[in-house]
Amino acid sequence: MKRYSVFAIAKEALNYHMGWEKAWASPEPKKQYDAIIVGAGGHGLATAYYLGKNHGITNVAIIEKGWLGGGNTGRNTTIIRSNYLQDPSAAIYEKARSLYETMSQDLNYNVMFSPRGVMMLAQTHHEVRGYMRTAHANALQGVTTEFISPARVKELCPILNIDGPRYPVLGALWQARGGTGRHDAVAWGYARACSAMGMDIIQQCEVTGVRSEGGVVKGVETTKGFIGCTKLGVVVAGHSGQLAEMAGFRLPIEAVALQALVSEPVKPCMDVVVMANTVHGYMSQSDKGEMVIGGGTDGFNNYTQRGSFHHIEETLRALVETFPMISRLKMLRQWGGIVDMTGDRSPIISKTPLGNCFFNCGWGTGGFKAIPGSGWAMAELMAKGEPGALAEAFNMWRFKEGQFIDESVAAGVAH
Amino acid sequence: MLILECPYCGVKACETELSPGYEAHLKRFGPGSTDAEFEDYMFARKNPKGVHFERWRHTYGCGKWFLAARDTNTLEVFGTYPAQSSAPPEDLQAKIKAKRPDWKGYK
Ligand SMILES: Cc1cc2nc3c(=O)[nH]c(=O)nc-3n(C[C@H](O)[C@H](O)[C@H](O)COP(=O)(O)OP(=O)(O)OC[C@H]3O[C@@H](n4cnc5c(N)ncnc54)[C@H](O)[C@@H]3O)c2cc1C
Ligand SMILES: [Zn+2]
Repeated sequence: MKRYSVFAIAKEALNYHMGWEKAWASPEPKKQYDAIIVGAGGHGLATAYYLGKNHGITNVAIIEKGWLGGGNTGRNTTIIRSNYLQDPSAAIYEKARSLYETMSQDLNYNVMFSPRGVMMLAQTHHEVRGYMRTAHANALQGVTTEFISPARVKELCPILNIDGPRYPVLGALWQARGGTGRHDAVAWGYARACSAMGMDIIQQCEVTGVRSEGGVVKGVETTKGFIGCTKLGVVVAGHSGQLAEMAGFRLPIEAVALQALVSEPVKPCMDVVVMANTVHGYMSQSDKGEMVIGGGTDGFNNYTQRGSFHHIEETLRALVETFPMISRLKMLRQWGGIVDMTGDRSPIISKTPLGNCFFNCGWGTGGFKAIPGSGWAMAELMAKGEPGALAEAFNMWRFKEGQFIDESVAAGVAH
Repeated sequence: MLILECPYCGVKACETELSPGYEAHLKRFGPGSTDAEFEDYMFARKNPKGVHFERWRHTYGCGKWFLAARDTNTLEVFGTYPAQSSAPPEDLQAKIKAKRPDWKGYK
């Protein structure tokens, strides 16, 4: 792999940019691998990367039914934060956030991590108490957050209407080191690094079955034929229920659509991320100037990557009160992704009833921020066969034991 | 926009008039059941890509719960039926089978 650098750009400029090599190879699948990862989204690619980097396992294939990064990884609104309430969540999201800080250097790929600050508005007294509690919990967890006053909210984001008639802003949970990143670049950066380690990224190849004998996975049936493996990692987000069915068990997961939209580009007007969970909308401004907007999930099982129109209307209605200046903005594009929602709104990084098969899923509406931490934890689980400290609490048997990692009730947050 | 016909009042209701209630025909388990049965009832879901039976409530209409058969992969609605049904009606199953020959049937 040729390194990207200022010198490389200068050299290529003299060369009419004809010498850039392909970022990753597109090989035909081999017959057998030490490990197969199903799903080339951020989490699958990060898993493969840390399998190689941290554990020296590089005879790896990443199998993707569409194109890499074309699932939720390329469809999300890129909010990165780690101000969760429960200890296991804080640990893995903070690990991820800190890895984002050095990801561009680590991968030699600009992922445009922008720690511009994330603000979660408190617009009811219940939320004020909830976020104060989270701020205290974060202090104990070593995650830097603070509860700030309405005046400080206005100072950080002047376009906010803090005196809204229905829901005035009463304060906010502020994480100065949270922010956004470039979603595609995260997938592309990991893919390039995996390819450079000799791993095979096999796109346009759908896994259609899991072949197992006596509780041990032998490999996967795909649209390019059978491919054998010693270990199998399934990281397919919205399609986890389907892959679990192929492997012969069920998961506590429902697949639903989550939508987002962007406006026409405008001049810089906000340099932080604002989330308003009571009215259910959030917004940030992309480097191109578009306002990036999202809301809550649709309410029924759906695999179409298409959401309901009235949810967009609800989100925009909520945000117009919070940000009056957007009332005349034109919306340019709108899209949906299929998110995998678990019973306690926390992810699953787990062993399964099949000895050498591991699942990483359930990131739902909020897993972009977790990509490096999740890949780190999943790689450790696959390499050692047992979870490390980061993954342990996220096993799939917690539902049987009643040991939920209850983030939905705790913070009522979506992303 | 999803449109479901309420089997009670006959209104063709658009989804803004309805509330979704996820998987239908869950078998309840309570005290005396095994941990596995209780976990299954509480959390394990079919979540199919294709034919699905689910609960809906005509919230801004007659207020009643009813059941619907729908394809989660195309959003096609096959039909609705009363909540007091322990399995999808035979004629509805036959209709789905005719439209989706590789559907494995209601389990
Ligand atoms: C609109 C929207 C906004 C969001 N906003 C945020 C946000 O602001 N912040 C945040 O942290 N998170 C956000 N999320 C959530 C985040 O996008 C996801 O949690 C995360 O991207 C999941 O990554 P993944 O790698 O697990 O899944 P994906 O990127 O979906 O990758 C899974 C891959 O598996 C492939 N696959 C599926 N089935 C098969 C098969 N049978 N064979 C082979 N391959 C298969 C798919 O094609 C896909 O590429 C948002 C999501 C959406 C939809
Ligand atoms: Zn009715």
